[in-house]
Amino acid sequence: MDIYREEILERYSNPHNFGELENPNGTALVVNTSCGDSIGIFIKIDNGGILKDIKFKGVGCAISKASVDILIDKVKGKKVSVVKKISAEDVLKNANLVLSPSRIKCGLMGWEALIKAIENYESNKKN
Amino acid sequence: MLSSGIKKDFPILNRLINNRRLVYLDNAATSQKPLAVINAVSDFYKNHNANVHRGIHTLSEEATNLFDSTREKVGKFIGSNHVEEVIFTSGTTHGLNIASRFLESKIKKGSIVVVSEVEHNSNFLPWINIAKRVGAVIKYIKVDKNGVLDIPFAESGEKIDLLCITHASNVTGEVVDIKNLVKTVKKKNKDCLVVIDGAQAVPHISVNVQSLGCDFYAFSAHKMCGPTGVGVLWVKRSILKTLNPVDLGGGVVINVNKREIEFAPIPERFEAGTQNVAGVVGFGAAIDYLKSIGMDNVGTTVRFLGNKAYDSLSKINGVNILGPVDKNKRSGVVSFTVKGIHAHDLSSVLDSCGVAVRSGNHCAMILHNELNIPATVRASFYFYNTEDDVKTLVSGIRKAKKIFRV
Repeated sequence: MDIYREEILERYSNPHNFGELENPNGTALVVNTSCGDSIGIFIKIDNGGILKDIKFKGVGCAISKASVDILIDKVKGKKVSVVKKISAEDVLKNANLVLSPSRIKCGLMGWEALIKAIENYESNKKN
Repeated sequence: MLSSGIKKDFPILNRLINNRRLVYLDNAATSQKPLAVINAVSDFYKNHNANVHRGIHTLSEEATNLFDSTREKVGKFIGSNHVEEVIFTSGTTHGLNIASRFLESKIKKGSIVVVSEVEHNSNFLPWINIAKRVGAVIKYIKVDKNGVLDIPFAESGEKIDLLCITHASNVTGEVVDIKNLVKTVKKKNKDCLVVIDGAQAVPHISVNVQSLGCDFYAFSAHKMCGPTGVGVLWVKRSILKTLNPVDLGGGVVINVNKREIEFAPIPERFEAGTQNVAGVVGFGAAIDYLKSIGMDNVGTTVRFLGNKAYDSLSKINGVNILGPVDKNKRSGVVSFTVKGIHAHDLSSVLDSCGVAVRSGNHCAMILHNELNIPATVRASFYFYNTEDDVKTLVSGIRKAKKIFRV
């Protein structure tokens, strides 16, 4: 099974970015209705628009957890404007994940949550 | 036990999936179709296709004959005394939704509506919806930590006005003793209405709606070798006669003028618009096919394979199986978790072995919430499965355990 390569299994058991942030300025939760899984994202964006810190929490399969963990490593320290341009294809390509249609949702849950958390940050800022 | 030669009747079972023999264990979602059913549908479109009823031409008469004779066939198959008690629907979900709309006028503010915690959303959401609308009180038949229903508690409880329960769970595989349950609740309240979700029972249990004593019974063709998009809502005649149609359109009236509407007799008045005629014809072929095998043989094989899987899986470390331990209370549905492997990951590994299972909450969200399990893997057997299929499932689980090092 190619999708369960060492890095995916390792990040599934020991994700680098699992946990909560104390004072996030953006948060979001995405739920996969087909399995009841959920990924919550906590972000901290500084005044210069840099994603200073990101953590995730939740219940998920190896694909969803590893995928979000790899994504967070990739985007941490980057400008929000750059991160917002990342596409679904980029996320899967960066994680080197070739998924069947029924598993794509697993691979993209974390990314969806990240984008939502950024939107949450932006709407918090407006108010 | 049926011979493994029966697989030959099902063309799709010859398929290779990921270069492995297909082991189809997703029968609770939908069954595969024998050539007899595929041919019946194809023959209908090739040779008899026309709309039914009121067509004064040969094709329409042929189509009508095929359609009406299937209604009789279905009625006899489930032990109905009157052919007009059989309403064709698009499936169990549609049947239960119609039933809930029928009963909206019969449920009152403060009525006690009882559902069980194992219900599929389709036998849960319509009742919640109606109860909210009329102000009825919803009560639950609880499950224990294995997802087994506390039926004795339900029987010992208060007077019930409407009971909506599954005949066989699509997750735990529990087969409910409907006959006794109905007897008990109707003893407390003879006017209690009972709605049964039979989607997971009719495919492998010889159901007799009269002896069950229920008032409504819904099921689908596609889980019993028939086509998708066809189902049946059986309603006791004495009740059906008092009901007005919920869907209106062609076929439901005898006479309409600007002042009054006269509805057609039962069951036509409940079948508005063009029906899924080809699907119904295919359903008839499915019933013929099942009868040729014998429902006793079907049931024995399904239970044997379900129990075989239960026993084999129980021996694997870290596997937890939902549902009754008592084999007499189980069907061919075996849902389980494997410690350290998420249901989706396990399904993917099994798919790589050619094994088709389902993972998730199986539309039974209340149950999964109660058990605090986000998702389970469900292997569900039908009569064309074999002991070899159980072995392939087991070796697939072992492969997943190896990959995930658990």
